[in-house]
Amino acid sequence: MELTPDDVRDVLRVLDSSGLDELHLELADLSLTVRREGAAEWTAEQQVLRAPVLESSSAPVAAGTAPVQTQVGEGLVAVRPPLLGTFYRAPQPGSPPFVDVGDRVDEDTVVGVVETMKMMTPVHAGVRGTVVEFRTGNGEFAEADAVLLVVEPSVGRGGGPAQ
Amino acid sequence: MTRIRRLLIANRGEIAARVVRTCSRLGIESVLAASDADLESLPARLADRVVRLGPAAASASYLDPDAVVQAAVAVGADAVHPGYGFLSENPSLARACAAAGIVFVGPTPESLEAVGDKLKARSHALAAGLPVVPGGEAVDLAGARAVAAEVGYPLLVKAVGGGGGRGMKLVRDPADLAHTLDLAVSEAAAAFGDPRVYLERFVSSGRHVEVQILGDGSTAVALGDRDCSVQRRYQKLFEEAPAPLISDALRAAMAEAALKLAAHLGYRGLGTVELLVDRERDTFYFLEMNARIQVEHPVTEMITGLDLVAEQLAVAEGQPLRIRQEDVVLTGHAVECRINAEDWAHAFRPSPGRIARVVLPVGEGLRVDTHVQGGSVVPPFYDSLLAKLIVHGTDRADALDRARAALDLLRIDGVTTTVPVHRALLADAEFAAGGVDTTFFERFLEAQNLVGVR
Repeated sequence: MELTPDDVRDVLRVLDSSGLDELHLELADLSLTVRREGAAEWTAEQQVLRAPVLESSSAPVAAGTAPVQTQVGEGLVAVRPPLLGTFYRAPQPGSPPFVDVGDRVDEDTVVGVVETMKMMTPVHAGVRGTVVEFRTGNGEFAEADAVLLVVEPSVGRGGGPAQ
Repeated sequence: MTRIRRLLIANRGEIAARVVRTCSRLGIESVLAASDADLESLPARLADRVVRLGPAAASASYLDPDAVVQAAVAVGADAVHPGYGFLSENPSLARACAAAGIVFVGPTPESLEAVGDKLKARSHALAAGLPVVPGGEAVDLAGARAVAAEVGYPLLVKAVGGGGGRGMKLVRDPADLAHTLDLAVSEAAAAFGDPRVYLERFVSSGRHVEVQILGDGSTAVALGDRDCSVQRRYQKLFEEAPAPLISDALRAAMAEAALKLAAHLGYRGLGTVELLVDRERDTFYFLEMNARIQVEHPVTEMITGLDLVAEQLAVAEGQPLRIRQEDVVLTGHAVECRINAEDWAHAFRPSPGRIARVVLPVGEGLRVDTHVQGGSVVPPFYDSLLAKLIVHGTDRADALDRARAALDLLRIDGVTTTVPVHRALLADAEFAAGGVDTTFFERFLEAQNLVGVR
């Protein structure tokens, strides 16, 4: 199924004495390429081809993936995640949300956080205006092009919408 | 005594692949409990079978004790290996397994509870005769002032429920104590659901050194120490064994302290006693105990020649220790580079995505523990650890030389990785000299930014 480091070392011993520089193995469940790198060093590129043996009773429940709306209406501005991840509307579970529908925001207002690989990245509004809609709920996963929330830019004295 | 024949691995990533490897070697059937995001992962291909644990979100899969026990029962597993992180130190999972007649590969629920709470762990350490960082619980301001008078300034206010660097505040001036205490209590309540805080002496130059122990419930052995001082925001990046530049007397005292704690707890399983070595005072204090296998366990395996997962399974079966202390021989020096899917040029921003190609160095004294190969998807839901490069040398200089050469051969294409950080780290003179403290790495990063080396 997989060649252990010991197996690979056995292969290396054979290769070392053979003077060959590269060996390519194709097995039913596995492919392996071992290459000589310089005088005495070797690399291995291993590909486990075996398909996972999934318990039949445990197939994933087909998630009803709602069509993601990535566009917003004319004159409105979409706030998208800085990188894909799980969107949180509040700094801690149970605390009040950063912003809500109807709140005024400016470019630097933190409107949420996105958790990617256990790291938190703040989401800034990036625009001056009023929050009119949340498209991504608290704790929901957001792709990089998802719309988290929608802001209606304010016009006038502030110099108009940023972006 | 239960013989483990079918093991459910309730974890993911490189540790899942690591546990599968020992199962294959021992003839134990491995069943991987995987979330929807991991059903096609390399560990899923390596395990004998795969059972679905739940949706991608860890809270509904890897962090759900009921889902784990249900999966174990469904596949007829006689034991559950929890890996590290997730539920590995969760007493409810240990209890639920016991209730279902399944072996939990870890300590007893009582041991997990004894060391899971920082204040409890500290009082157990004191009872076992270990030195602890001077400090104590701060029930109110008057209590805090009394503790502060003993501890001295600067000091740390720490949340009992915190960890991994979260919930810690530095107080330099007595005038700031009241204000910081208020803030710490309210933040601890919000962040950890537990408002309790305690005060501790601030050690300005400390090293993170830990002792690996293995116990069978009545006897324990110490399997050497590791240095994990290279950290960024309390996340370890590089580890080595043994800890360099430690006097024989200090090393022996640390091992003895770890064994005293194991004896006090009647500890069964693998465990790590984390110590803070005070460089200025040349002494050490108990920090905490991790009641599970650690990410950095391979450096100990390299210098002891042991398979720690195999030993962990043996004591979980109820077998007595198979190693006596006098059998533990440490050979050479081993180092580990954690290779994460992060972009260090952009403040270590996470870099999930699809892996294009993986080329690994191979040879004597080299080991790479990984869960990715060409075509693997690194999901955004879990931590960023892709692989661990582990290198064994005759001594520290040899291990570092070989690690430099191995890093030049290692390729993980498709996502941004921390390989360049390790190249720079291994080229640093202060690091190469050994014995850096936990503030070293942030200073190193700043210097890298100043000279623009990327």
